[in-house]
Amino acid sequence: MNYKNIIPALMITGAIAVMTPSCSSKVPDATVKTNAEAVVTPGVTVEVKDGVVTLSGNVNNDADKASAETAVKNLDKKSGVKSVVNNIAVTPPPPPPPASVTTTLDAATQQKVMDGIKDIKGVTVTFTADKAVLTGEVSKADRMKIMQMLAAAKVKSDVSQLMDKK
Amino acid sequence: MSLQDKYASLLDAAKNMGVANLSVAEQGGALHVSGTANSTADYDALWNMYSQIDPNMASGDLMMNIDIKADAGASLKVTTDSTNLNIRSVPSTEGEIVGKAAHNEVVTLVEKTDDSWWKIRTAAGEEGYAYAQYLSPM
Repeated sequence: MNYKNIIPALMITGAIAVMTPSCSSKVPDATVKTNAEAVVTPGVTVEVKDGVVTLSGNVNNDADKASAETAVKNLDKKSGVKSVVNNIAVTPPPPPPPASVTTTLDAATQQKVMDGIKDIKGVTVTFTADKAVLTGEVSKADRMKIMQMLAAAKVKSDVSQLMDKK
Repeated sequence: MSLQDKYASLLDAAKNMGVANLSVAEQGGALHVSGTANSTADYDALWNMYSQIDPNMASGDLMMNIDIKADAGASLKVTTDSTNLNIRSVPSTEGEIVGKAAHNEVVTLVEKTDDSWWKIRTAAGEEGYAYAQYLSPM
């Protein structure tokens, strides 16, 4: 092989090798930040120093934390990302509000309560804005039924005037 | 004493019974407990504990929205005191009575329409809505 041909070839290769990192280091941190922010989910904060991307903030689970990191790492070389530090915190979402109570007693719910006590003698029900108020005298067994029925209908109750049958 | 402490034995029992989707949350001065018990016996046991912990269940500090596992096709026993259970055309006592199930009769669950009314079918083929309080999954 002719050395004259190899030397320029080596020079070109060397030039490329030198140029590549210098090219990416030229991407301003602000641009890197914009590039990274475009691919992470809301709630994740991006900070960049010398091409090193630090992720922080809060996500709901480990999968979201990992996918944010992967998304930034998968950006192409031109984006200027050198490496990723993943400081995202995983905070599970708060539990949904309890489903076991109806706050406003609509007509349908009131009907359910009245349907339920229809066959229980000696008990009457009236309704306040958010409670069924029961009055009368009941046996222990019927009291249990009433409470179960109210729970099923998701209705808060006031049974202070519901007396035990003697 | 927090409500979770007050009802600790009940909550432990629910966990030990394997109540499905058990959720416990304290909100608005009441403890909200929901989930699905595996059997009528478990359900009754939890309610008995409630009535022992809170005499007459009068404090209004526990909302125990526990139902009993029952899928469509499950057998249900009619648990009225002694009378027939009305089967109605719509899930309300406003509905026309389309059939009756006798005390202690076993019927089939068609669907849990809501927590208060279930659609059932009798052995005689009558189908309609009955008040869930009087139906116990077997």
